[in-house]
Amino acid sequence: MVDVSIAQLLFVSFAIFSIGAGGFLIRKNAISLLICLELMLNAVNIAFVSFSRLHNNESGTVLYFFVITVAACETAVGLAIVLNLFRLKKNIRIQEANALRG
Amino acid sequence: MDASLKILSGVAVILPLLGSCIWFWAKNKIGEKITGLAATGTLVISFICCLTLFWQIESSARVEFFSWIWMGSSELVNFSFLLDPLSLALGLIVTGVGSLIHLYATGYMHGDEGFGRFFSYLNLFIFAMLMLIWSDSMPGIFMGWEGVGLCSYLLISFWFSDEANATAGKKAFIVNRVGDFGFLVAMFCIFKAFGTLSIPEVLAIVNSGNLDIVQVGWTQWACLGLVLGAAGKSAQIPLYVWLPDAMAGPTPVSALIHAATMVTAGVYLCCRLQPLFFLNPGVMELIAYIGGLTALFAASIAIFQNDIKKVLAYSTISQLGYMFLAVGLAAPVAAYFHLMTHAFFKALLFLGAGSVIHGLHHEQDMRKMGGLRKQMPITFWTMTIGVLAIAGTPPFAGFFSKDEILHIVSGSHRGLLSNIAFVTAFMTAFYMGRLWIMTFFGKSRGHREAHESPWSMTAVLCVLAALSAFGGLLNWPELWGGNAWLEHYLGQVVTQMDVGHGADALEDSLKLAGFSSLMGLGALGLAWWKYRDYQTQDFRSPAFNLFKNKYYIDEFYDAVIVRNLKRSGEFLWKVVDQGILDGTLNGLAYQAKKTSERFRRLQNGLLQGYALWIWLGVLILMISAWSVR
Repeated sequence: MVDVSIAQLLFVSFAIFSIGAGGFLIRKNAISLLICLELMLNAVNIAFVSFSRLHNNESGTVLYFFVITVAACETAVGLAIVLNLFRLKKNIRIQEANALRG
Repeated sequence: MDASLKILSGVAVILPLLGSCIWFWAKNKIGEKITGLAATGTLVISFICCLTLFWQIESSARVEFFSWIWMGSSELVNFSFLLDPLSLALGLIVTGVGSLIHLYATGYMHGDEGFGRFFSYLNLFIFAMLMLIWSDSMPGIFMGWEGVGLCSYLLISFWFSDEANATAGKKAFIVNRVGDFGFLVAMFCIFKAFGTLSIPEVLAIVNSGNLDIVQVGWTQWACLGLVLGAAGKSAQIPLYVWLPDAMAGPTPVSALIHAATMVTAGVYLCCRLQPLFFLNPGVMELIAYIGGLTALFAASIAIFQNDIKKVLAYSTISQLGYMFLAVGLAAPVAAYFHLMTHAFFKALLFLGAGSVIHGLHHEQDMRKMGGLRKQMPITFWTMTIGVLAIAGTPPFAGFFSKDEILHIVSGSHRGLLSNIAFVTAFMTAFYMGRLWIMTFFGKSRGHREAHESPWSMTAVLCVLAALSAFGGLLNWPELWGGNAWLEHYLGQVVTQMDVGHGADALEDSLKLAGFSSLMGLGALGLAWWKYRDYQTQDFRSPAFNLFKNKYYIDEFYDAVIVRNLKRSGEFLWKVVDQGILDGTLNGLAYQAKKTSERFRRLQNGLLQGYALWIWLGVLILMISAWSVR
């Protein structure tokens, strides 16, 4: 097993999170936004697991399972919303879903 | 016994109220005949109840109904009636003259679109008036006091589509408010002094004589307040200005409210609280002078009026002045006697004038009347009795009551007042003669064919004429071999100044009576000489303008009080309210709106925009956490 340092793991986590966050801010497609959201969540998961290993504490690993579950639910709901958005507007461009503007 | 009193007095009061509600609700749906007769019927029943009470009650009775006002855990005011000679006598007048005038009004108001409404108000007035005179507590009297004021307002501006009538109603109401303020102050002072508002209790304390100086001081303020209140309701100087304008109402209203009953409420109040006034001789003096001056002043205006109802209105003010004069000279019986006879003959005169107005199709200007003697014989003869009665010709009612007041004034050794009283008596006879001659004698001056009024009106005139002719028998003086019934009857509750007994007094009083009746006849003769051939000319001189314009009192009040009040009202409205108060509030609201306008731009509805804010927030948090470390 290759020995990986905590810094490397956190770097990977940070990189993936940044990709997710940046993508979330600039993409126009709702599906892409959901994917970016997944990326951010999983980046956080990597951080959890890394710290769990570092501290020999199982809490992080347990939390990882929670996040995975919530992410699955969130994706299901998110996709349902996107589907309905498509039915409503015949497209899924996120800029056009601005009915809540004040 | 007590239960029957309760039922009788309750019925007498409740029936008019009930009737009022029904006529008001029914409007004209149940027809003129039924409304008119039923409204008169309720009054007749009330009158019969009063008569029965009058015979059942020996001296006085207190009828308690229920606890009315509570203060903390103790009862402050009981809702109850005080039925004694004062209130029963006035109750009889109110319901008796009231039912006659109701009957008259069925003829007078025939065909008016507000027929039901009119009788509703009239019945309501009777209810309020009975509350006023029968209540045994200050708040009860006050309720009636305000009630009659309200009815007066409603009836003056009865034909409210005419701006002038509505204005007259408002004027009456507002001037009366000034008097009501005095009444309220009196009520507070009485409570402060005695800790109770029940009149029998107050009078018991006063009569027991255990008063300290502080209490007497409070009663002085109370009496001054009462004088103001009475001056407002009974149209005395300085608050008399509303009564002439009140003639804008239908004539039965003028007869019932503004001649016979409501305007005597002030006299009643002063008689009712007489012991309180006895504590303050100065206030009594004030009342006497107010009354005397008002009598003279109003009589001098009455001579120069051309509107038949205005003449009678000023005459009413003048006669009320006589009553106040008597009250002020500690002669409430004389005041009451004059009140009763005045109720008869002034109601008669007003209703006669109403009959003339009705016959001439609502012409009120005496200059356009004349020669009505032949066309309206019943009205003419009944009016003649009324005129003779008010002019103080024996043996009509006014002779006795006015003579008693003149007797008391001349016995009081107040030269000014007795001169005023005699001059006023002369003037009264003169202007009544003028009215009578201008209306019924001479040639017809430009009116169309007149017609005599229907039986419902003339019958009432006849009854009132009989009362005016024989009303003097109520108080045939003992000096002249009579039994002075009214004096003994009222003497149970009020104290009358003694005018002396014996041969000297008899001689004095006969001389006085002879003099005053000669004076009355002389004034009538003078009026005959002056107005017999009346065409259109009247007095012409600068002084005449002063009288004609009623001494410019209305203009004076307008300039000094009304306009300044209006100006300060305008200041408060435009500057304080609209400028400062509204400005502050509207400014705050405007600023809040502006601010929110700016903040709402943040909610742009774009998901990524929100995400950016979150991102920025996290960044700021991280930077601050970093810098704190």
